[in-house]
Amino acid sequence: MADYNMHVLVCGGTGCKASESEQIKNNFKKYLSELGLADEVQVITTGCFGFCEKGPIVKILPDNTFYTQVTPKDVWEIVEEHIVKGRKVKHLLYKDPKNDHLIPDATGMDFYKKQIRIALRNCGFINPENVEEYIARDGYAALGTCLSEKTPEEVIQVVKDSGLRGRGGGGFPTGLKWELTRKAAGDQKYVVCNADEGDPGAFMDRSILEGDPHSVIEAMAICGYCVGADKGLVYIRAEYPLAIQRLKVAINQAKEYGLLGTDILGTGFHFDIELKYGAGAFVCGEETALIHSMEGLRGEPTVKPPFPAESGYLGKPTNVNNVETFANIPVIINKGAAWFSAIGTEKSKGTKVFALAGNINNVGLIEVPMGTTLREVIYDIGGGIKDGKEFKSVQTGGPSGGCLTKDFLDVPIDYDNLLKAGSMMGSGGMIVMDEGDCMVSIAKFYLEFTLEESCGKCTPCRIGNKRLHEILDKITSGKGTREDLDRLRILGNVIKDTSLCGLGQTSPNPVLSTLDNFMDEYLAHVDEHKCPAGQCKKLLHYSIDDEKCTGCTLCFRNCPVGAISGEKRSPHYIDQSLCIKCGVCLEKCKFGAVLIR
Amino acid sequence: MINLIVDNKPVVVKKGTTVLQAASSIGIEIPTLCHMKLEDMDIENKPGGCRVCVVEVMGRKNLAPACVTLATEGMEVKTHSIRVVNARRTVVELILSDHPADCLICAKSGNCELQDMAHHLGIREIHYKGEQSTYREDTSPAIIREINKCIMCRRCEMMCNEVQTVGVLSAVNRGFNAVVAPAFEMNLDHSVCTYCGQCVAVCPTGALTEVDQTGAVIRALSDPSKTVIVQTAPAVRAALGEEFHMEAGTLVTGKMAAALRRLGFNYVFDTDFAADLTIMEEGTELLGRLSAYMKGDKNVKLPILTSCCPAWVKFFEHQFPELKDIPSTARSPQQMFGAIAKTYFAEKLKLKREELVVVSIMPCVAKKYESSREEFSMNGNPDVDYALTTRELARLINLANIDFRTLPDENFDQPLGESSGAGVIFGTTGGVIEAAVRTAYEVFTGKPLPRLDFEELRGMDGLRKATIDFNGTPINIGIAHGLGNARKLLEEIKAGTSEFHAIEIMSCPGGCIGGGGQPYHHGDVEILKKRQRAIYSEDKNKKIRKSHENPYIKKLYEEFLGEPMSEKAHHLLHTKYFDRS
Amino acid sequence: MTKIKTLADLKRIRDEVQSKIKLREQGDKPDKLVQIKVSMATCGIASGAKETMTYLIDELEHQGIDAVVTQTGCMGYCFAEPTIELTIPGKEPVVYGHVGKEKALEIIEKHIKLGEMVDGIIPVSYKTIDE
Repeated sequence: MADYNMHVLVCGGTGCKASESEQIKNNFKKYLSELGLADEVQVITTGCFGFCEKGPIVKILPDNTFYTQVTPKDVWEIVEEHIVKGRKVKHLLYKDPKNDHLIPDATGMDFYKKQIRIALRNCGFINPENVEEYIARDGYAALGTCLSEKTPEEVIQVVKDSGLRGRGGGGFPTGLKWELTRKAAGDQKYVVCNADEGDPGAFMDRSILEGDPHSVIEAMAICGYCVGADKGLVYIRAEYPLAIQRLKVAINQAKEYGLLGTDILGTGFHFDIELKYGAGAFVCGEETALIHSMEGLRGEPTVKPPFPAESGYLGKPTNVNNVETFANIPVIINKGAAWFSAIGTEKSKGTKVFALAGNINNVGLIEVPMGTTLREVIYDIGGGIKDGKEFKSVQTGGPSGGCLTKDFLDVPIDYDNLLKAGSMMGSGGMIVMDEGDCMVSIAKFYLEFTLEESCGKCTPCRIGNKRLHEILDKITSGKGTREDLDRLRILGNVIKDTSLCGLGQTSPNPVLSTLDNFMDEYLAHVDEHKCPAGQCKKLLHYSIDDEKCTGCTLCFRNCPVGAISGEKRSPHYIDQSLCIKCGVCLEKCKFGAVLIR
Repeated sequence: MINLIVDNKPVVVKKGTTVLQAASSIGIEIPTLCHMKLEDMDIENKPGGCRVCVVEVMGRKNLAPACVTLATEGMEVKTHSIRVVNARRTVVELILSDHPADCLICAKSGNCELQDMAHHLGIREIHYKGEQSTYREDTSPAIIREINKCIMCRRCEMMCNEVQTVGVLSAVNRGFNAVVAPAFEMNLDHSVCTYCGQCVAVCPTGALTEVDQTGAVIRALSDPSKTVIVQTAPAVRAALGEEFHMEAGTLVTGKMAAALRRLGFNYVFDTDFAADLTIMEEGTELLGRLSAYMKGDKNVKLPILTSCCPAWVKFFEHQFPELKDIPSTARSPQQMFGAIAKTYFAEKLKLKREELVVVSIMPCVAKKYESSREEFSMNGNPDVDYALTTRELARLINLANIDFRTLPDENFDQPLGESSGAGVIFGTTGGVIEAAVRTAYEVFTGKPLPRLDFEELRGMDGLRKATIDFNGTPINIGIAHGLGNARKLLEEIKAGTSEFHAIEIMSCPGGCIGGGGQPYHHGDVEILKKRQRAIYSEDKNKKIRKSHENPYIKKLYEEFLGEPMSEKAHHLLHTKYFDRS
Repeated sequence: MTKIKTLADLKRIRDEVQSKIKLREQGDKPDKLVQIKVSMATCGIASGAKETMTYLIDELEHQGIDAVVTQTGCMGYCFAEPTIELTIPGKEPVVYGHVGKEKALEIIEKHIKLGEMVDGIIPVSYKTIDE
């Protein structure tokens, strides 16, 4: 058995591969076998280190040395100096940009300190269907402490002091919400967990429920103790079958262990949890709409006040929190408000989970402290843009967030900064776009989503968004005018100003933010009838290069609308008035004679 | 008390007052569209959906809908800042951009709140053009739904669900495709709709209207082979004047008779006559059941329920079929009139029933449906051919170039035009039962009534009750208007806990004066109250105020029917009910 | 299972089960138990994590290797599902991405049996709050 005493890890992510990491690996193997070390040092390719900005990356174990921007030419030096002589190659070490110190050890790098998992602490660590594993990780200790050693007021104070704000998007202080529900008069109160996660591409809540359902159950019971409720409801979309199943298993186990039900831990506190299924309407994530849906009514919002804290489910005081918010609670109780509030920025404490998506290397689920910059998330954790393309925009806050440019990359992420930048925190969707994306089309795409998901109750959202979409459609078809751009802005602002609920109040954000940040692209569409990214099909222009065309007639025979004409063996011609821009000619041409612009 | 500032003027209001009410209290009328409130009747629609009433509240990030935003201490409100005016106009433009621009030929033209709003805001251009919603039209025996004119104010939905508890209309679909419709977007005539017409009464646009039968009536009037008879319901005379810009509550009985005569009706009769006839039959039925009950008959069905209101009849046929033996079997006055006109009066004229056309003028859209019920026809010839609403009559009068306001007062024709005050008060909630009590008391006790005005039975409360002393026998009377209130009494009956001997039920809030066929009240409850006062004043001024004292009724029994509940009366004046559940 | 009746009960149980998990986590159990956690959230399952898990269990049993295969939630590396975390007793856990049957077999043959890491390791990019 080969017992290697040293490992060389070479990054094999797309970014590093593009920078010759394959060659680096081969060089290592070559030099090592030349030196007869092939049996002692193992060279392997790894997945992306996520630190593509400084790639290619080579890591040496067991001493955890982290070399950045390695070229195939550097390999010999690493082998000779580091592997043979045991001396680190200084010029390849990572330099901390803050103080220029060389950091030889990967664990000392910012990149690896950037993610802290609080809400996701048990996801990917414990078996979610085994309550004992949760208990082993201090599970239900927070509930036990609250019930046995703290008054509801004391617990609420801890939550208030922690600075935790609602993770569903609104950012309302959680402790304050609990206090309002506690103070509301009512013979029966309810705790509702909002698991109606609906942002396209976002799955923070689903992952928590699938990976750590007990953390939510425990937090709901704590909340019930605080606000004076003995009944909890989880409003979860029926499209989350696995989360539902894990939650059911967890609820049953908690009941078996006496951690839910009557007289929990002998303290006389009762709490039960029931699941309510949603049909997947986005607007039902809005708390009043959610409550109406649970009551069996049409899922549409009503005007607040009254807030659910005063009159919610069945007219009773109801505390609604999102999954991720709840998942933070047990840790806050166990570790204390001071511990939690030490993480994050002045007004946004703790961490936030984001679902990274779009044209980024490491799409996935990340949890970072508030105050982390967009650049750190996108480049350090997300591994940068796919296929080495250039970053164009990042959209935060789900379908109704704003699209931010590279000028905002160094903005520390928190509730207030994102709002100031013209976007929002939302529930944690983060979609990265590159130079190949047309921002007008992107705005249209998001609007399509809100258009589908509007409940239709209030005029601006029902008709206004439809009209916004029609104007965008006009622009992407090359028929827009400058007046349309003004109209977009006027209408977008009125929709924000007059809509009934959060959906309508934020739905024009993608349009307004792209108008602010990518006006040049709009102008190209309107003035020149061009789509700079080449995404707007109707604005494409196909033509045939006389020089290259051999007159093979393949395009002529495949054109579905007969827009191509020409004699055999002589150059063909596309009639622009007939062309439907389907692209078949481009696809069929074997000589590269079809031009597109 | 709460202090706030609206458009720089200080206002003091009670806690719980909305910004809309606070502004109104100092004469600032913020325009509204979806909002509607019938004061004192517990009927209010405020979904906060149309967003026309938005105002600027200092310190708030977005605009606030005045109709659902409560006034708070120190609040500063601007109702016509440029931000507000721009938003309000944009919102109305958006509604107009998804609304057919066929105002010129719309049934609601001139009475349309959206049209008024566009005019009020001076909208001269719609900056937003695009796809318009298209929905198929849905026609039923009484109501037409032209849903592409729906603006999602949800008033009809509120009426249908909260007030009437019928539950036919609700919002369906989402986003731009959202409309108000019956479940599964089925047609109205497949649903449990009662045709009460309260949806029509509150619809701000032309999305819900009555089936127009004026054309058919004009054709009948111009057909020389037909003798056309008209009957007018009691509530019509208290409201018709409004269609000619007369003060609400102006009684126009005489002018109405004159107008009908000028329209060419051969005989101008009064449904009030049939109302007196109803009292004879229904009162006798009540007394019959009561005396059987007094004698210890355990099988007798009590309480007896009135059966004049066709929407109410359809309501219990759908929702409480197990109680269908309880209501009086007496037909409604409209149908009694039709049956008598096409038999007794036809004989007098020596005409066949096919040569007669009976037209009724009703405050109601359900009457159109009622007249089309199969049991109210003979060999395919209906007892009542056409039932027009008050509004349709006004259109006929306009069409005939009649200056209604300057018409002289004329009388009804005889023998079917004479009525007592008891017949008149059928037009308001509480009236039928008061009329019944006037007759039943005297028949039961054999003594003349010491007083005729039963104030305890009058009013606008949705549910009322009174105990009338029938010379030592206490008779418990219940009154409900609005089907939601009726439902409460029916649930009690079903549970066996009802304390009543007799109950009057009217579907429309206020009774027939608030019917779905009346001139639009646009949410002004004062109009309903004025109509009610007009009805009682007509009663007060009548020489004969008890149904059994109507000489033509006496004559009808002598010449034709024999006595109340006789076999002939049973055949012509009574009916049966169907399980439609 | 008897119900947990007091906070003290809960703490006792925690200490009991904690030691079990610690043994597993740290791999210093004398009988050298190999541990594999398969990320079984929706993203993982959609990419075939169930098949991978079944295969691992069957193959390890077939080869007579004493190992514990458990499921867990989303580790966050959704770009590389299915992902597994392999802990060889006494060593740091290693996360592998894109683990299909072939990769799973390679991991068993090389990493578990021979102690050779194989291609496809994903560097762990976060820290948990217990550290």
